[in-house]
Amino acid sequence: MENEERSLFIKSLLEIRKSIFISLWFMFLTFPIMVIRIKPLDRTIEWRWMNLVYVGVGTFLLSFLWSYLMTRKDKSGKEEEQSWQKRIGQKIMSDRRIYLSGLVAVCVFIIVFPLQFSTYQTSIMITALMYVMLGLGLNIVVGLAGLLDLGYVAFYAVGAYSYALLNHHFGVTFWMALPLGAALAAMFGILLGFPVLRLRGDYLAIVTLGFGEIIRLILENWNDFSFGPSGIAGISRPGFFGMQFNLHQHTIYLYYIMIVLVLLTIVVVNRLQNSRIGRAWIALREDEVACQAMGIDKTRTKLTAFALGATWAGFVGCIFAAKTTFINPASFTFMESAIILSVVVLGGMGSIVGVIIGALILILLPEYLRAFSQYRMLVFGASMVIIMVFRPQGIISGIRQRYKFTPSTNQEAKE
Amino acid sequence: MRNMRPVLDVKELIMDFGGLRALDNIDLQVRDGEIVALIGPNGAGKTTLFNCVTGMYEPTNGQMNIYPEGKKSLKLNNLKPNQVTQMGLARTFQNIRLFQKMTVLENVMVARHCRTKTGITGAVLRGEKTRKEESEIVDYSYGLLEKMELAQYVNDLASELPYGAQRRLEIARAMATEPFILLLDEPAAGMNPKETQELDNLITKIRGEEKISILLIEHDMKLVMRISDRIFVMDYGKMIAEGTPEEVGANKKVIKAYLGESFDA
Repeated sequence: MENEERSLFIKSLLEIRKSIFISLWFMFLTFPIMVIRIKPLDRTIEWRWMNLVYVGVGTFLLSFLWSYLMTRKDKSGKEEEQSWQKRIGQKIMSDRRIYLSGLVAVCVFIIVFPLQFSTYQTSIMITALMYVMLGLGLNIVVGLAGLLDLGYVAFYAVGAYSYALLNHHFGVTFWMALPLGAALAAMFGILLGFPVLRLRGDYLAIVTLGFGEIIRLILENWNDFSFGPSGIAGISRPGFFGMQFNLHQHTIYLYYIMIVLVLLTIVVVNRLQNSRIGRAWIALREDEVACQAMGIDKTRTKLTAFALGATWAGFVGCIFAAKTTFINPASFTFMESAIILSVVVLGGMGSIVGVIIGALILILLPEYLRAFSQYRMLVFGASMVIIMVFRPQGIISGIRQRYKFTPSTNQEAKE
Repeated sequence: MRNMRPVLDVKELIMDFGGLRALDNIDLQVRDGEIVALIGPNGAGKTTLFNCVTGMYEPTNGQMNIYPEGKKSLKLNNLKPNQVTQMGLARTFQNIRLFQKMTVLENVMVARHCRTKTGITGAVLRGEKTRKEESEIVDYSYGLLEKMELAQYVNDLASELPYGAQRRLEIARAMATEPFILLLDEPAAGMNPKETQELDNLITKIRGEEKISILLIEHDMKLVMRISDRIFVMDYGKMIAEGTPEEVGANKKVIKAYLGESFDA
């Protein structure tokens, strides 16, 4: 007992020594910028020694906290983390009162939101919902089928441009263009799927990255077709039986459209991932060789994943064009793909709830951090790093469907 | 009396990797209801033969045919692995290749893929037919897990299983594709004597109850001698001997391949 205490004491002493070294190192590093200030006008140097103290104490505390959290994370390990998630999940599921009242609260919030808040807030929420859909779509490709796709934005662009161009040239309405854009995006998904069938991992990532850039460059340079960098303006907003809306009403209308589409996406993705097709995707992700040996057609499975993933990007593309009424290639850069991928990875690969939370955090956080003005992206980046260090599996990791059996009879009841 | 009808027939199979001849004129037959063992020192080409038969490698030359009961013979050449499985020939892997992050039940359910039909629209709409098929998949898979004594692990992740259970799950998964020939690649590797004994019973049971012919690669000689009807011996890509366990055990060539030249001296 005494021994244990002693070793613990020595350990914390070591930690403190390490933290002191770290803070000294930081004090040394930041010395020139934080302490010395040269005033060129009156040719004097100001020594701000207090800053040195702040940096020292600050880094010491941070490093100590960091190492404490890290050891705690290592100790508790994976199992505890999962059981923690399971416990909360079970608690919510088992207690119908909590579950139902939570559901009702969320529903009410969703319905009332645009009526209570400003057009600006609603507009941000629409963007966040768009990323929920994009995230859920990419989740099929990356999270379920395990195909790292860095060019997902290409399908988004296909959807947006198909609505914009059809609307510009032929006056096609939003509701007509929505399925068309999705179908076109799906076609492009298959088009990309074919050349990358044999590729995996890093190689696949590079090719998809290239594909995304190709689409953007075509849109930027083929002036006759896409009007180049100047983009397409004056795209019609979605109509509602010919009624006239002002901007505020339009935003609210679009918000409800998004809610319906997100619900549709959730239902479809949820059904897919617990179906024959979804299991094939996950098997493909887990082990390609074994997957084929179990009688799954690799080619078809990959192509369906690409096509279905692209379909959602196509949907959202149409909505994006209808929301902003103006699109140009600058909206479809690699950065966009990276953000969508972050939504999936941060939220939790293969988990629907995770992706939704991930999208809301990643899109809403920078918006509401505007209070911190110039530090906004810094805080954003730091929170991403912290989430990834402490929850590498994402905020909510994918939980597989469980089945209940009574051993004697083969009757099954889904939980 | 055992039926002498062949179910798997490999003829003059040659597999070259660049300049290296990994399989040199291999002939091998498995007859209906037989347990056949394929043995040989490391690097003899046993797994290469498995990979050729299951469509993972495309052999340089030779014929491979299977004979399903009551149907025409089928050529295995130029088929993809998933097509071979669909024809009724399933395999397990030397180093366990389970779908780690899926549950035990789902691992088996995946293997029902080629015997079921639900497409994308079916899965999305989840109509009467899909739900029926889905519950059939679940029931079939669960039944199989019960048979393989894995029912207690149903909802555990495959990666959480004890080693012996993982091996059994691999066999269960292969059986879920409803094969009539089962290729087992070192099923007893890394098992303790008790687990090996259980495996022994299991393989015999599969052959007896499920009417599946079995071809297995194995290094555990006791197991091989105990359960196999016939043994094929490979060395350096060539088939050096074939026969009953007694014949093979007495074969000079086999002893030489395993123990080296100077054994007799």
